[in-house]
Amino acid sequence: MKDKSLKKVLVIGSGPIVIGQAAEFDYAGVQACRALREEKVEIVLVNSNPATIMTDEEIADKVYIEPLTVESLTEIIKKERPQGLIATLGGQTALNLACDLAQTGILEECKVKILGTNIESIQHAEDREQFKNLMQEINVPTPDSEIVSSYNEALKFSEKIGFPIIIRPAFTLGGAGGGIARNEREYEEIVHSGLTQSPINQVLVEKSIAGFKEIEYEVIRDANDTCIIICNMENIDPIGIHTGDSFVVAPSQTLTNSECNMLRDSAIKIVRALKIEGSCNVQFALDTVSNQYYIIEVNPRVSRSSALASKATGYPIAKIATKIAMGYNLHEIKNPITGKCAAFEPAIDYVVTKIPKWPFDKFSTGDRMLGTKMKATGEIMAIGRTFASSFKKAVTSLEERYIGLLHRGFEEFSNDKLLTELYIQDDRRIFRLAQAIYNGNELNRLCAITKIDKWFIAKIKEIVEVERELKSQTLNRQLYLKAKQFGFLDEEILYFSQSTIETIKNFNIQAAFRAVDTCAGEFIANVPYFYSTYGEADEVLDFKARVEETYKKPKENIVVLGSGPIRIGQGIEFDYCSVHASWELMKNGYESVMINSNPETLSTDFDVATRLYFEPMHIEYIMNIIKKENPKGVLVQFGGQTAINLAEKLNQEGIKILGTSLESINAVEDRKVFERLMRELEIPQPKGCAVTTTTAALAAVKELGYPVLVRPSYVIGGRGMQVVYNDEELLTYISEAFKFSNEHPVLIDQYIEGQEVELDAISDGRDILIPGICEHIERAGVHSGDSMSIYPSQNISAKNERILVKYATKIARKLNIKGLMNIQFIIKDDKVYVIEVNPRASRTVPIMSKVTGIPMANIAVSAILGKSIRRAGYGVGLYKKSNLVCVKMPIFSWQKLNRIDPALAPEMKSTGEVLGIDTTYKKALYKAFLAGGHKFSKAKQRVLVSLNDHNKKPALPMVKRLFKQGFFIMATWGTHKFLEKNGVPSKMIEKFMIDKLQKRMKNGRLSFIINTPTTGKNSQNAGFQIRTIAQMYGVPSFTSIDTANAFLTAHKVFDKNTILTYDTITNYRKKKFLEMFK
Amino acid sequence: MGTLILQDGTVLRGDSFGSIGGFEGEVVFNSVATGYQEVISDPANAKQIIVMSYPEIGNYGINDFDFESDGCYIAGLIVKNYSKQESHYKSKETLSSYLKRNNVVALENVDTRTLVKKLTEFGSMSGFITSNDVDSEFIREKLEQIQMFKIKEDVLLDVSPKSRYIFNPQGKINIAFIDYGTKKSTLTKLAKKDCRLTVYPANIEAKEILENDYDAVFLSSGPGNPNNYTFQIAQIRQMMGKIPIFGISLGCELLALASGASVTKLIHGHRGGSYPVINLENNKVIMTSQNHGYAIDGDNMTKFMRPTYKNLNDNTIEGFEITSLSVYAVQFDPEGAPGSNDGAIIFDEWINIAQRDINRINEVKNER
Repeated sequence: MKDKSLKKVLVIGSGPIVIGQAAEFDYAGVQACRALREEKVEIVLVNSNPATIMTDEEIADKVYIEPLTVESLTEIIKKERPQGLIATLGGQTALNLACDLAQTGILEECKVKILGTNIESIQHAEDREQFKNLMQEINVPTPDSEIVSSYNEALKFSEKIGFPIIIRPAFTLGGAGGGIARNEREYEEIVHSGLTQSPINQVLVEKSIAGFKEIEYEVIRDANDTCIIICNMENIDPIGIHTGDSFVVAPSQTLTNSECNMLRDSAIKIVRALKIEGSCNVQFALDTVSNQYYIIEVNPRVSRSSALASKATGYPIAKIATKIAMGYNLHEIKNPITGKCAAFEPAIDYVVTKIPKWPFDKFSTGDRMLGTKMKATGEIMAIGRTFASSFKKAVTSLEERYIGLLHRGFEEFSNDKLLTELYIQDDRRIFRLAQAIYNGNELNRLCAITKIDKWFIAKIKEIVEVERELKSQTLNRQLYLKAKQFGFLDEEILYFSQSTIETIKNFNIQAAFRAVDTCAGEFIANVPYFYSTYGEADEVLDFKARVEETYKKPKENIVVLGSGPIRIGQGIEFDYCSVHASWELMKNGYESVMINSNPETLSTDFDVATRLYFEPMHIEYIMNIIKKENPKGVLVQFGGQTAINLAEKLNQEGIKILGTSLESINAVEDRKVFERLMRELEIPQPKGCAVTTTTAALAAVKELGYPVLVRPSYVIGGRGMQVVYNDEELLTYISEAFKFSNEHPVLIDQYIEGQEVELDAISDGRDILIPGICEHIERAGVHSGDSMSIYPSQNISAKNERILVKYATKIARKLNIKGLMNIQFIIKDDKVYVIEVNPRASRTVPIMSKVTGIPMANIAVSAILGKSIRRAGYGVGLYKKSNLVCVKMPIFSWQKLNRIDPALAPEMKSTGEVLGIDTTYKKALYKAFLAGGHKFSKAKQRVLVSLNDHNKKPALPMVKRLFKQGFFIMATWGTHKFLEKNGVPSKMIEKFMIDKLQKRMKNGRLSFIINTPTTGKNSQNAGFQIRTIAQMYGVPSFTSIDTANAFLTAHKVFDKNTILTYDTITNYRKKKFLEMFK
Repeated sequence: MGTLILQDGTVLRGDSFGSIGGFEGEVVFNSVATGYQEVISDPANAKQIIVMSYPEIGNYGINDFDFESDGCYIAGLIVKNYSKQESHYKSKETLSSYLKRNNVVALENVDTRTLVKKLTEFGSMSGFITSNDVDSEFIREKLEQIQMFKIKEDVLLDVSPKSRYIFNPQGKINIAFIDYGTKKSTLTKLAKKDCRLTVYPANIEAKEILENDYDAVFLSSGPGNPNNYTFQIAQIRQMMGKIPIFGISLGCELLALASGASVTKLIHGHRGGSYPVINLENNKVIMTSQNHGYAIDGDNMTKFMRPTYKNLNDNTIEGFEITSLSVYAVQFDPEGAPGSNDGAIIFDEWINIAQRDINRINEVKNER
């Protein structure tokens, strides 16, 4: 039963989005908070990630957007005095923090109970050695392995066991620092990197069982020892590829009942031995030719897999885990879907496929090989009545240029080349496999090469054969229905069969929607969670009719388009906006209809909208839903570029876009129209033009003069964007840019190296409300998503502020903006230029909402629905500033991605962000660095400085400051000479002494590096090498003078022994008011 | 094109992947995702047309190890999507070829979810499955026959062994096992617990068992309507109090009837790999494999019967005991196969009870 002593509970979030720890923890955290609310418990929430929904003040009672460090949490615990702490819902970050807090004794001192799975259990599961011993005790087989804390020990193991060997560092996220070594050279490198990255300097070296099937079980256990399996999942990719980088199906497809239950029994045995109270993920390796299996690892917490399992089955794992943490047993908790109790195992009557979303389209130099270290930034999930339809829908959900399994360039390969490349385990291998199948290769051979089970290969064959049928047969109703049941899009069918839309329409075949009900139809479940299929009965209309009976008066519905998978440039902030949009619609008496394909997010929780459709973000699937729902209109401005990109197609189908019109959306994207508009409004902008040929580009540059900014139009996160300084660079990049976007022209702009400023606004077409103005720390040229930024702006004159507001107002009126808008400016020589207008929600909406207290997405929805923003109660124009200062810092996932240049550029690279909040800029900045994981130290620190020629002069004051603040400066040859000339002492490092540098970084004898990159994506240059080595060893590298300067400012705050205080976001906003009375 | 006709006149078409022909049967659904081989070979499913809720069936073929009997007694199989290419190292043949060899009609590409929802709403129905594309005249004629269809009581003898045999002769605990159509897993799991099983046909008389010196009697699962089996119930009644008796599934229902309770048909039965039940004594919850269309009427139990397990979904009685008569029964399948093995704890419990109770009974006997 419920633990009645719990009145106040601390929930620790997972911090910034990084590879391996994404939106799933926001989803889990929000579910947890809502479950706690039901129990009338006061919730204290700490998270450094401002883009999350969990940090909304309506989700928790006290929201601390503060660094996730032992120091900050200790202070917060002392202040708040919670009786309990939930650590199993904030990923590895929260789990590690809870362990650290337990160690410092603060939990004991303040009598804080760890709720749910206790610390000993967590340590038993996480510490490789303890875990292995426990497994031996209960007779669960583990592969030969050894825990080592030095390379020498590791060497002894490899001599005994032979290669390949898997290296798994202890206590790291998403397998960071791990890998498979096939020889000694690789072994040395990976073991070292693993030891460096493991916080306890420990790695597990393990006999490779690559090629085994990888099977996961999601288990929930309560204090009554009831264990249930939410579902099992099978990785299509064999062991050897991180499950976060694998194609995954739920439930398992190729296991017999006895295999499934052997692993089920084992999973339960393990979970019982660990005394888990809550959720736990158990991963097994199963041989393909015997009953031999091994336990690989467990995650004693809510995880990415549990988010996937929740969405795949409809079972709310995080919510139930929270109730268990509160002392309930499973049979005492009600399952909201069926109204029965939560002690049951979901039965499903469909197949779920998950495909990772990798960032390699952005990082063309990146190492695409997949291994034990996760590289995907996000994932999509698709539901189908059969494996084939679910798989094909999943591929469509990737939102790539290509929609099918074939036609990805591999058809041009000779069969021999294709088969040779099929051995490569990278993100494209399933597509190579599809092509190899289509070419007619024998399935057994493909199975032997890829180690992918023949069942999957045969199913993929069935899919690609449908294409062949479409090409060779006349399209009739039967073939069309078959293609639809296999997940083919009309555009594919038309193309392959050379048919016409009329022909298809005459078949009169409509998509049918089925419910995800946790019980495979056995009970009546009132769950508003649907997916599409063909050739079956529909459940939506009945469902709608039943719901409508309960309404006092009929409600209209509105569709909210979500933002698809998390990728660089389109992150959790758009989920934040979509979810708020949905909530606000319901508050205004509408039904909200959510469409999204991302299993990690809150938007795909079944109770966030009136109805949820888990479908690909593709116009055909969206239209199927619209036909059923017949909505008043569609909201496209909250789901990032994914949703905006659908606007035009929806418009063509005659569907009403609510809010800012399509014409206005197009106006800002269309170079010429936008230029004309700015001229009309007398708003300066950098000169530029749009070109579609190389010749035109060269001509344009003659007029504009170097440097220029080159970018393709209509892309996410500045993909393919670059500053170029000469003809040679221009020609290289322009061909790159055409590769990304062939339908739309390339934009060339004058590059103005000034102060970058950005604002978000809400407009109802008449009035405009600007919550605040943010100023970037890095000068223009760094993507706004990768810049540190300050709110409120510190260095903008009142006059220029007025100009910014004036320009924003003019633009909003002219474009008749209804809803959200984001504008980016550059100020140079006291002149304000507009560089970009986004007529939609931006990355900064959640931050600005929190720091100002203005619920931007909600007001935007009201404005779209026709309410005046004046009625929202925040006035119009620029909102008043409070005493709060915040600094947003981007967070990168370099350690997960090999061979990516960490240099800041116009192209976005960060995966997440943290926010430092305080009452002064300096303290906020210091907090931002702390939240970003930077370590400050009193010890003598060595810094490597290497500057390009553009930056030498502008960097001089910063380097002088570095010296003045007591850092020991090492400099590369050119920089050293330059510093010498300017009287700054430094030690010269030859660029060819990279080995020596590497050793210093490995030994921790280099605190950070300041390296401004030379332009060009030349991966051979020394700067790039230095940066990537720094990345590998986790040595911070600042590639912008401005970031380095900011760091020095923060360091000074540290040097002065400044004592930080921590407070809720609500109080920070109020502080000005309170201080007036002091 | 094959056809399924339901007693209410519903007609569903599908593609045939089993044998040629047509059979009547009781149409029921099963929600296991894996375990189709166990389901089709479970004699308790005799004369049933089984609808699999899970859409992908046939994935790992048919192997030599997972049969639950030597035969295949189901009347038909209906799935959403049959996997023509099976894949498993143990697989000996495809599901389709097995069904053809065993004369079972099977249909795929049927909207099984809609069918399942119909069965949950209107209850299990009788139906006719055929590999043929039949016309409306045929359907009209057939319908009356379908509506008359009932699983007869002789089904028990069809699936029960013809004569007595010993399973695991070296076992220490001496059990008389009445086979009403048991699954092999029940035998093998009891054998693993060191039981010597003397397996009797369903028409065995009580006195033949009581003549021998068994430690306990075990009543197996099996097909059909338990209320029809008056002979078996009478035999059980004769044994009660004289020897510990354990029953599972059909065995449980027969024991309940012998104890004076009534057993009624569930609307759509419990057929799946994971049904939550709670132990009413210690509140422990386990997930159990179940396969029963009937259940003990909780309102009509005799006062000696103490319910031991309850289904957490629909609160039906899932087990009872009469300790004074040494009668113990569960409605679920403790042997799993297919589905959860959680219920196997019952076997351990019962073996301990058997040894305790037989000693007590023998002491009483000796005192006399």
